[in-house]
Parts: sequence; C-alpha cells; structure tokens
Amino acid sequence: MQSANTVPYDAIVIGASAGGLDALGIFLPILDVRLPVPILIVQHISATSDSFIITYFDRLCKLKVKEAEEKEILKPGHVYFAPPDYHLLVESDKSISLSNEEKVNYSRPSIDVLFETASWAFGNRLIGIILTGANWDGAAGCELIRKSGGMVIVQDPKTASIARMPESVIERLNPDYVLPLKEIGHLINKIFFLTPTR
Amino acid sequence: MVIQELNSEILPNDPQIIEINLLFEGIFQRYGYDFRDYGKAHAKRRIMHRMAISGFSSISELQHMVLYDESFFHLLLQDLSINTTEMFRDPEFFLSIREQVIPVLKTYPFIKIWHAGCSTGEEVYSMAILLQEEGLLNRTQIYATDFNPNVLQKAKEAIYPVSQMKDYTRNYLKSGGKSSFSEYYNARYDSAILKKILKENIVFADHNLVTDSVFGEMNLVMCRNTLIYFNKQLQDKVVGLFRDSLVSGGFLCLGSKESISFSPHNIYFEPIVAKHKIFRMKY
Ligand SMILES: C[S@@+](CC[C@H](N)C(=O)[O-])C[C@H]1O[C@@H](n2cnc3c(N)ncnc32)[C@H](O)[C@@H]1O
Repeated sequence: MQSANTVPYDAIVIGASAGGLDALGIFLPILDVRLPVPILIVQHISATSDSFIITYFDRLCKLKVKEAEEKEILKPGHVYFAPPDYHLLVESDKSISLSNEEKVNYSRPSIDVLFETASWAFGNRLIGIILTGANWDGAAGCELIRKSGGMVIVQDPKTASIARMPESVIERLNPDYVLPLKEIGHLINKIFFLTPTR
Repeated sequence: MVIQELNSEILPNDPQIIEINLLFEGIFQRYGYDFRDYGKAHAKRRIMHRMAISGFSSISELQHMVLYDESFFHLLLQDLSINTTEMFRDPEFFLSIREQVIPVLKTYPFIKIWHAGCSTGEEVYSMAILLQEEGLLNRTQIYATDFNPNVLQKAKEAIYPVSQMKDYTRNYLKSGGKSSFSEYYNARYDSAILKKILKENIVFADHNLVTDSVFGEMNLVMCRNTLIYFNKQLQDKVVGLFRDSLVSGGFLCLGSKESISFSPHNIYFEPIVAKHKIFRMKY
C-alpha cells in the first residue's frame, strides 16, 4: 500500500446515462480491490427503479458497492451509487448528502450536482469520468473539476453506445484522457500504483 | 502534527464555506431564521445560483445585500427552501400506513396528526384522503406546519395543476386507494381544486423546527424529506422534538432516505415498517 501523501487523488466521480449500466459493467470490475479512494456514481435511472443495480454491481466488482446513504462518511475502496430520484452531494467534511430538490438538466440524480459539490470538497484531488449518454449532464461539472485542477477523463465517443454525453464534455474542454472503457479502468489502477496481482 | 490534523477536520478549507457560515450567522441574528446547522453543499449550490443571477462576485457581497434589504433576504429564503412534493409520494409508504398504522388509529376516539415540513400541502391532503376512506377523518385533527409562508399559503389554497393529476392518480391507486381519485377534486381550466371536505380538519401554521418548540400530544408525526437537509446534530435535536410531541405508542414517519438509527433518541422508538421509515414510540 502507498502511504497517504503519495496518493495523487482523493476521490473519483463518475457520470453515466443511456447505455451506462453496460459501460459500468465493463469498467468497474477492472478496478483493483486495493483502490485507496471512494468512487461516487450518478447513473441516470428511473425514479421508481429498485435496488437491483446495487446487488448486480456488488456481485460483479471487487470493490464494495452500495447505495449512498445520507450523512455517511466516504470510505476508500467503496463505490457509492446515487439512489433513484435523489441528488447525490458531497459535503466539505467528505460526508454524503442527498437532496430531492428539483431536477437539474432534466435529471435527478444529476451528474453536474455530484461533480460540482465533489469538486468543492476535493479541489484538485478529484478525478471526474464521463461515460455514454444522450444528454449533456456532467459537462459543466467537468469544467469546474478542470478549473479546480482535477483530472477529467471521458469515454472515447467512438466507443460509447451513445456519444452525445462524452462529446458534450469534449466540446467544452480538452479532457486529460479520451479512452475506451477498459483502458479507463487500467488507467485508474495505474494512477493509484496498482499493478495486477496474480 | 496532531493538532494540524485535528484542525483540518474541523476547519473548512474552502473559504466559501466560511462565507456561508458567516452569512447564516448574520441571517440568524438579523431575521431569526436558523440555517446554521443545514447541510452546506446544497446551500452553497443555491447561494451560488442567486449570486450569479444577481451579479455579485462573492458570497460576502451578497451577504451585505441580505442584511440590509429584507426583500432580498426573502428571495434567498425561497432559494434555500426546497419544496419538492407530490400527492401519495412513495405510494408504498401510504399503503403501509393504511395496513399497519390505520388499524391502531381506529382504536382511538380522537386522533391528532402533525405534518412537519408540509410544503405546499400535497402530503397532508393525501393523508386526509386516506383517513376519509378509512372513516377516520371526522375524528382527526391535523396540524400542518412549515417555516416558509409562501408554501403554507399554497397549501391552504389546495389548488394544483391539473396536469399532475394523472401521476397522482397512479400514485393513489398504488397506495391502496379505495375510490376514484377524481372524486376528490374539481377540475377548472388548468387547475384541480381539492374538495372542501378534505380541508375541514386541517390547521395550517407557521412553525420552524429549529427554533420553535413542541407541538403536544400527537398520535402521529409525519416529517418526510425535511431532515435530510439538516446536519446530524440538528436532525437529532428535531427527532427529540418529535419524541416530546408524541404520546406513548405514537407513530413517527420519516422520508424514505431518512433514519433515526444514529440518534440517541433511537432507543425510544421501535420500527414498525423499517423499509418505509415508520416508527412507533415505545410505551
Ligand atoms: C422537500 S419538502 C417535503 C414536503 C413533504 N413532506 C414531502 O415529503 O413530500 C421540505 C419542506 O421542509 C420545509 N422546511 C425546511 N426547513 C424547515 C424548518 N426549519 N422548519 C419547518 N419547515 C422546514 C421546507 O420549507 C419544505 O417545504
């Protein structure tokens, strides 16, 4: 394990919309179980959907996957999904808040709300990742992450099942990386010095 | 070294959080509204939004306007208060009320219910419909409170966009509704006006959960999707307020993502339907 001050980032936020469940299914299982930071995910999903995606991804991933609960403190190696119909926010003390204020970019949960508040909390120690989707939610959030000195990664639009969302980020800024899903997974492991164990 | 670590946990390193703390302190001293223990991330989004549309370059600049111009404060108050609601929101919750709570309430000669943070009234009228169908409305007194005068006014009017009735009808049916939802309102142009009978036993009142006191002797307190905007200490204080407002065996109903398990008051309650956050005060 690396000592805390050599870890270059403190958290990862991910936004995905249409096609996102398949994309996350390819990307998340690649991540090393030793990942020393929390991951927060907004996947656009219907307001009435049940907790099936949590069970599904928890089975699929090496990391612990759970639904974000209000006021819980973020833990390394945990993957937190925004609950259906609630925005997911990060407080400056690195705890989670949920909110059902109005939709942002026609979405609740909204990727921008997560990215914006996470950027306030983590500053330049945040990685934001945008995957497939048919809208532009997350683009403004990526811009803020970038302005604050964090890293922005987008799925290569050519490989996305719907290219619009990654494209909307590329139109606004020059991402640090534009990559296919599997390579994003390997990149994250590499950023945290995690080489495959056998 | 140790001291530094401790400090970094307590002191916000985001200067805007400091500005928000100062703004909330100012609002409390000037207007008596206490947001000091509200979650900051959400407040910051709202404040930044107001800052942008009003053309201020910092929160401190906005603070000056808030302190000197009361109408501007009221604008910000609306920004900070989140009023999202719907009729029979989380229909399964209302189904649980019907199946698990109503049979107990039926054994009482007279029932008192408090809706705290009632917003524009949709939740209160949903409960009134349910009570009506269970034959309890005429022996129930409902108190519906909020700290936002604008939403209380709307709640009293009980006029909602007719366009929402389709969704509400679906919720109503899923919640175990026994009649036809359209019986409860008259449609006029774009508006659905709820029937008068639903309003007769409801008193709407201005009440601030942070600064006002107990509402006594309730059989049921419903406070959904309001505590999530408070920090833990304030949540705990308000749960204490509910505890003091409930009779033994009274029910406490929270929002689907809210919980009392972290609170020292937890031991006084038992879960009745854990999934839908329905608790009961122990005898
Ligand atoms: C999201 S709404 C919930 C409405 C309804 N209970 C529901 O779940 O559909 C939250 C309400 O809490 C009110 N509120 C916030 N802080 C309050 C306080 N300190 N005292 C009383 N009401 C408060 C807001 O004005 C708003 O109307």
